[in-house]
Amino acid sequence: MKKFETFTGVVAGVDRANIDTDALIPKEHLKSIKRTGFGAALFSDWRYNDDESDNPEFVLNKPETKGAEILVARNNFGCGSSREHAVWAVVQYGFKAVIAPREGDVPAFADIFRNNCGKNGLLTIELSAAQVDEIFQTLEKEPGVKATVDLEAQTVTLHAAGGDDEYAFEIAPDLKKKLLEGLDDIALTLQYEADITAYEAAHS
Amino acid sequence: MSKTLFDKIWDAHVVKDLGNDEVLLYIDRHLVHEVTSPQAFEGLRLAGRPVRCPERTFATMDHNVPTDENRMNITDPIAKAQVDALTENAATTGVTLFPLGDDRQGVIHIIGPEQGIVLPGMTVVCGDSHTATHGAFGSIAFGIGTSEVEHVLATQTLRQKKPKNYKVEFTGTLQPGVTAKDMVLKLISIIGTAGGTGCAFEFCGEAIRVLSMEGRLTICNMAIEAGARAGLVAPDQITFDYVASGNRVYAPKGEELEKAIENWKQFYTDEGASFDHELTIDVTTLAPQVTWGTSPGMGVDVTGEVPALDAVPEYSPADVRAALDYMGLEPGMKMTDIQIETVFIGSCTNGRLEDLREAAEYIKGKKVANGVRMLVVPGSEAVRYAAEKERLDRIFVEAGAEWRYAGCSMCLAMNADKLRDKERCASTSNRNFEGRQGKGGRTHLVSPKMAAAAAVHGHFVDIREEL
Repeated sequence: MKKFETFTGVVAGVDRANIDTDALIPKEHLKSIKRTGFGAALFSDWRYNDDESDNPEFVLNKPETKGAEILVARNNFGCGSSREHAVWAVVQYGFKAVIAPREGDVPAFADIFRNNCGKNGLLTIELSAAQVDEIFQTLEKEPGVKATVDLEAQTVTLHAAGGDDEYAFEIAPDLKKKLLEGLDDIALTLQYEADITAYEAAHS
Repeated sequence: MSKTLFDKIWDAHVVKDLGNDEVLLYIDRHLVHEVTSPQAFEGLRLAGRPVRCPERTFATMDHNVPTDENRMNITDPIAKAQVDALTENAATTGVTLFPLGDDRQGVIHIIGPEQGIVLPGMTVVCGDSHTATHGAFGSIAFGIGTSEVEHVLATQTLRQKKPKNYKVEFTGTLQPGVTAKDMVLKLISIIGTAGGTGCAFEFCGEAIRVLSMEGRLTICNMAIEAGARAGLVAPDQITFDYVASGNRVYAPKGEELEKAIENWKQFYTDEGASFDHELTIDVTTLAPQVTWGTSPGMGVDVTGEVPALDAVPEYSPADVRAALDYMGLEPGMKMTDIQIETVFIGSCTNGRLEDLREAAEYIKGKKVANGVRMLVVPGSEAVRYAAEKERLDRIFVEAGAEWRYAGCSMCLAMNADKLRDKERCASTSNRNFEGRQGKGGRTHLVSPKMAAAAAVHGHFVDIREEL
C-alpha cells in the first residue's frame, strides 16, 4: 500500500445520502479478475448517458471538477455490497479522501466499505452535518475549489475565496499509522503465526 | 459474568489481543465465489504465500453463471474468465470447489447450510455482504472485502474490532400468509439501512423461536440491509434437527453429532447480559410488506400507499423524491394498484425449498397473468433436485413460469437475467437499489408468497385475502 501523504486537490460533491455500492460501481463492471481498471466505471450509471457519452450534468464531467481528488457526499456512504471493487473504483478514479457527515445515529460510512477503504489507502473523513453543509454551500458558490488533506495533523482545509476553512477530524490511531506508513495487514498478522498455530492446536 | 450469544462465540475465537480494541479473530469457515476472489488469489501468488487452511475453505460459482439450459457454455468472456480463474485457483490451492454442473453447486449462502459446512458456534466469512445469512445457526458470520479474503486465505484470521450488541425481539404470532421476509423488511423500514451499523443483531423472541431454519436464514440474510454486518439466532432443537437431517456431508454424524449438540447448547445469551441497543417488534398485526423505493428501508404494508415525501422518517424528502422518480411512482398511490411485469423468485434470501413450496402452493392450478414474465431460480442444485422430486417445477411451468438452474440470477443481474429499463419487478431478493436488477429496472422486494400472488394478478395483492 502507498503511504498517505499530505496533498491539495479539487473537491467534488455528490449531494446524496445512502450512496450504495451499486451506484459506485454497477455490477456489469465487476467482471474482471484484475485489481485495476475500475476508475472509468465509478458512478457509471449517473456519469454516462445511455449511448455511453458523458452526462454533462454529473459533477465529475464538469470541467472545474473533472479529476477531483476529494469526494464529499452525505451520510451512510458505501452501503450495500461488500464488493471492494467499489473502493478500487473510487481510488482508481483518483480520489484520495472521501468526506461524509455523521447525522445523529446515522454514520458517515457503511461498515464494510469503510473497512475496505483502509485496506486501499483511501482516507474516510467523518465531519459533522453542519460542517458538510458548509462545504456543500462553498462547492455551489465556487465549483472547482481545492482543499488540503493533512492526515498527520488530522485536518481538511478548504481553500475558499473568502479564506481558508479548517476542519479537524478524528481517526483511530492504528488506522492512521497504517495509512501513513503504508503497512500491509497480512505481513503484520503473519508476525503472530506462532499464536495462530497455537490456537489451532488447542482447538483441533 | 453474563455474556451475549455473540460475545461467547467472539471470545472463543480470539487468537490475540492486538490493542486499540482490535483482536486477531480465528475464522472457522471461509466461503469463496468467483467475483470477489480472483484478485485475492492473485495477491497471494504475487507474494508467494500459500492458502493456510484449504480444508476450511469452500468455493462455488454463483454470481455470474447462466441459469438457462446452456449454462455450461458461458458466452460472456469476462464471466468465463472469472469462472475459469476460480477453477484454477481451487485446483492449485486445494480448496474444495463445487463447480458449475456439480449437484452441490449453488448460491454460496444456500449451499453452506445445506452441505453442513456451517454449524453453530462457528466464525464464518465470505467476500459477500449476505454472509450474515449463516448467523441463523448461532454463528458469527459476516461479509468481507477482497483484501480481507486474501488475509483469511493467508492467515485463517482477521483483524477485527468487536461490534456492539443489538437485540431485536420479535413477539407475538404471525398471521397466515405473513412470513420471515415481512418481519425483516419491517425491521429495516423501522430503523433504516444504517440503523444497525457497527452492530451485530441477535434476533430473538417467540416469533423467531417458531420459525424454521429457512425463515431464520431469510431474516439473518437481510441484517446487512439494516447496516449490521452480522445477525444471529441462538441455536435450539430446530437448529439441531436441521443439522441432523438431510445429506449434510460436512456435518458431524452419530455420536460425534450428539457430542457437538451438547457443546452447541452453550450458545445462548445469558440471563442479565446487557445489549447496547434493544428493539421489540410485535408481529401480531404485521401485514405483508412491499418496498416502494430504491432502498430496502423504503417499505410499507401492502394495504398502504406510496408515502408523502415528508412522511418517511429515515429518508429526506429529496431522497424520497429521487426514489419515486426512479421508480415511476407518486405519493398516495395504493400499493395494490402497482402493476408489475416481471416476478423473480430465488436468491440467497428466498431461494430455499421452503420458499419454493410456499410460492408453488399458492400458484398451483393458477396462471401467471398475461404479459407477466415469472422466473423461478432455485438457490442450489440440491434445492432444484428436491423441488423436482416434489414436482414443484411442473406446478410453476404449468402456471406459465420459467424454471431455471441454480445461481444468483436476477438478484444482482450479473448474468443474462436482467430487467429492461423501467421494467417493474416483484422480487424475493434483498436489494432494490437503482440498477440492481438491470439498468433502469424497478424492484419491489416481497416474500415468495406475495411474489407468486403478484404474478397471478399482475399487481400486488394482500396475500392474506387469498388464503
